[in-house]
Amino acid sequence: MTINIVSSLNGRFMPGRLMQCLAVLGLMVISVAINAAPQIQTWQTENGAKVLFVPATEIPMLDVRIVFDAGSARDHGLSGLAVLTNGLLAEGAAGKTAQQIAEEFESVGAQIDNDALRDMALIGVRSLTESRYLTPAIETLKQVLTQPDFPDEAYQRELNRMKVAVKAQQQSPAALASEAFYKAVYGDHPYASPVSGTEESLERMTLDAVRAFYKKYYVASNATVAIVGNVERWQAEEIVKALLSTLPAGEKAPALLPVEPLTEAKQIIIDYPSTQTHIYVGQTGIKRGDDDYFTLYVANHPFGGSGFASRLVEVIREQKGLAYSVSSYFLPMREAGPFIMSMQTKTEQTEQALALLDQELIKYVNSGPEKDELAASMSNITGSFPLNIDSNSKLLNYIAMIGFYDLPTDYLDNFIGNMKAVDVKKINAALKRRIHPERMVTVIVGKQ
Amino acid sequence: MKMKSIISLVFVSTMVLAWLLYFDTEPVPETTDEAVQSYQLSNGMKVLVIENHRAPVVVSQVWYKVGSSYEHDGITGISHVLEHMMFKGTEEHPAGEFSEIIAANGGEENAFTGQDYTAYFQKIANDRLELCLELEADRMRNLTLDEKEFLKEVEVVKEERRLRTEDKPTALTYERFNAVAFTNSPYRRPIIGWMEDLDTLTIDDVRKWYKTWYAPNNATLVVAGDVMAEEVYRLAKQYFGQLPTSEIEVLKPRREAKQYGTQRLTVEVPAKIPYLVMGYKTPVLTNVEEEWEVYALEVLAGLLDGGSSARLTNNLVRGQHIADSASASYGMTAKHETLFVLSAVPSDGVATDVLEFALREQIDTLKTQLPDEKELDRVKAQVVASQVYQQDSTFYQAMEVGMLDTIGLPWQVKDEYVENIMAVTAEQVQQVAKKYLVDEQLTVAVLDPLPIENTTTTSRAAPAAGGRHDY
Repeated sequence: MTINIVSSLNGRFMPGRLMQCLAVLGLMVISVAINAAPQIQTWQTENGAKVLFVPATEIPMLDVRIVFDAGSARDHGLSGLAVLTNGLLAEGAAGKTAQQIAEEFESVGAQIDNDALRDMALIGVRSLTESRYLTPAIETLKQVLTQPDFPDEAYQRELNRMKVAVKAQQQSPAALASEAFYKAVYGDHPYASPVSGTEESLERMTLDAVRAFYKKYYVASNATVAIVGNVERWQAEEIVKALLSTLPAGEKAPALLPVEPLTEAKQIIIDYPSTQTHIYVGQTGIKRGDDDYFTLYVANHPFGGSGFASRLVEVIREQKGLAYSVSSYFLPMREAGPFIMSMQTKTEQTEQALALLDQELIKYVNSGPEKDELAASMSNITGSFPLNIDSNSKLLNYIAMIGFYDLPTDYLDNFIGNMKAVDVKKINAALKRRIHPERMVTVIVGKQ
Repeated sequence: MKMKSIISLVFVSTMVLAWLLYFDTEPVPETTDEAVQSYQLSNGMKVLVIENHRAPVVVSQVWYKVGSSYEHDGITGISHVLEHMMFKGTEEHPAGEFSEIIAANGGEENAFTGQDYTAYFQKIANDRLELCLELEADRMRNLTLDEKEFLKEVEVVKEERRLRTEDKPTALTYERFNAVAFTNSPYRRPIIGWMEDLDTLTIDDVRKWYKTWYAPNNATLVVAGDVMAEEVYRLAKQYFGQLPTSEIEVLKPRREAKQYGTQRLTVEVPAKIPYLVMGYKTPVLTNVEEEWEVYALEVLAGLLDGGSSARLTNNLVRGQHIADSASASYGMTAKHETLFVLSAVPSDGVATDVLEFALREQIDTLKTQLPDEKELDRVKAQVVASQVYQQDSTFYQAMEVGMLDTIGLPWQVKDEYVENIMAVTAEQVQQVAKKYLVDEQLTVAVLDPLPIENTTTTSRAAPAAGGRHDY
């Protein structure tokens, strides 16, 4: 049965009195029992794809996901190309229509999953593991993956739907703010390109460009396969073979250009008739595998990364009642992803909110976290690790990420140790080295 | 299950509990089912446990029988505001401490408010369950409800309303659609409340609401994860068992009045794309006369929108190129009569009345032609598979059980669901289409975009932080 959650999430937090209340509860020593992280098995296919596999025997189901270095960073000026190509895979393949493909998956209860982001494009399926369900699901996925037909009708239709999606973004102050932010932070870098395209780029789109994009990037050398589910190693190997053996080896996508740091503060103001002003403040951040990754992850946690436990929420929501949602985060990507602080507040409070964001950021970069804030963050980060890996879908996300970004396969084993190795000295040094309040991009969307 | 039986269920449970208070009998698990183990404390609080030993974590949820459908005009949104205030502290644990303790113990926590329920949850390592129960028991009866905190928090809720509804043309349209579709049913009010009501809400209103609904005999604890049911029951007794009960008001049925013909509305706000919502009044499991009907409606929703092979995508998005997207939704688990909803965005250049005509054609086809077996089987296969996939989320399992119980249905409904769906025939689908998807029960809302003025962009090199906001 479906549960429609028509509801709203809340939640709250306040750092500061932590040690006091822990003492009250007799919880001075916090150590959460951690189960060993799952062992990731890994191998390479003959045509060069990397495979990561975690057996999970509790539920008779399997998730398989193939990730390609074929996100919008590969659009080469034709924004929307990666998304369109990915979206067309299941719209006609091996001579079958979109309807036939959908029926084949759905008649065995399989769920296809596909998406294209800035770095990656992915396609996969969730299926029951009984072979009468699994075998047809894998066979259809193979056709979609290796023999897409890109029929003209589907191409026109999906292109038109992307044009509507671009219009939908134009009626969303949040989307307008995000797009303007990426544009201002990334300038000429491919990460500046709007993932879903623009009115202008979609006018220039061609079916030939889609075919060429597929041929170049949907190749085995450019692929990472992640599998989690109730199969044994040999079965996982068979599944990967069935899916990928006919995919050309091709070439791995070339390295992206490094991201240039910002040289000056920039302000983008978009006049929009909303009751709230949407604010994005930020700069370039970190790469996956960056030396400062763990340090900055921990550093951001008490600042704006722990929801109701964070300073931003405390100051902006708790003390002032200015916003429902305020947060900061690093989005690590292949090349430096952004560092973003964002919030929304009613128009009249815009200046006050901006001043508070500035003030908190400068204060934090100058002084870093308090001792008890850091201790609280550390217990949360290490103690909540079992929650990060408590389902097949979370594990799948993790191993797909580990494989795609070439992180070590013992990443999960060392996760807690790496976090614990972060101390206040490292945090303060990294904040000063990596965060530059005097060179931030500020995007303001709302009534001016 | 009829409306009447829910009411008597609530009534009976308060009677039973008075008896238990006097005799303090040791309740035994009420069921032999492996999946859910059920207990009741002597003060009437229910405890439902789902053991699932996959990972050393636990989900703890406390469900209260209160939500926007319990509200009346003038105080809309009060259940949700109270949900926010539940994080504002007790004498024992002042504002913020609850979240602080959970976070320091590696937990996640939050809460949600629906039409028929308000629920609070934690996800945490399984050896930390006791902490959650202690804190939840404390705030069930001892909330401070300070006026200063309330005055700030209600502003946060208004920001939430702006974010979720005011500045989202489709959400705004849906809210107004809902308000027109129902004449007197409490479902016509938005969960988050009308802005006008939030503006005049007072701390005294909230205190009264808390006193009325927050008591062990109006609550259910659901725990799912790597725990032993008997141990959960022991802890629940320890922390919730001593809490005093309240006399819980029995709500009037407030059955929706008869509708006389199709109702229409237009929402004109600045937007870029039109949007269409159509809703037919439909029964739910708590008030339907023939139970099979609600399962047939679920299958019907599956025929229209159960995946990419279903009719709406196949016919309207791919076939006729009329819809950019189209969906159908129906939920059989609610306290009151609900809506079978079709919603769609027209393809570029297609008028909303053309889209409406096409959606109505899909409904007419269901009335005149029996779906073929293969199509029905496909819907059912997806239901069967989904039941397996749902095991991947302990949170979802707890949620399903908590919701059923809170709206007054036995949680066994969940276990019988697949069987009931499998039993639905093509003829039954046709019968419910003819009976419920009729013009007299229909409400149609259209979002008619006004131009968005002034989307001018100004960029400039800005002064450094500290002075950049003097624009």
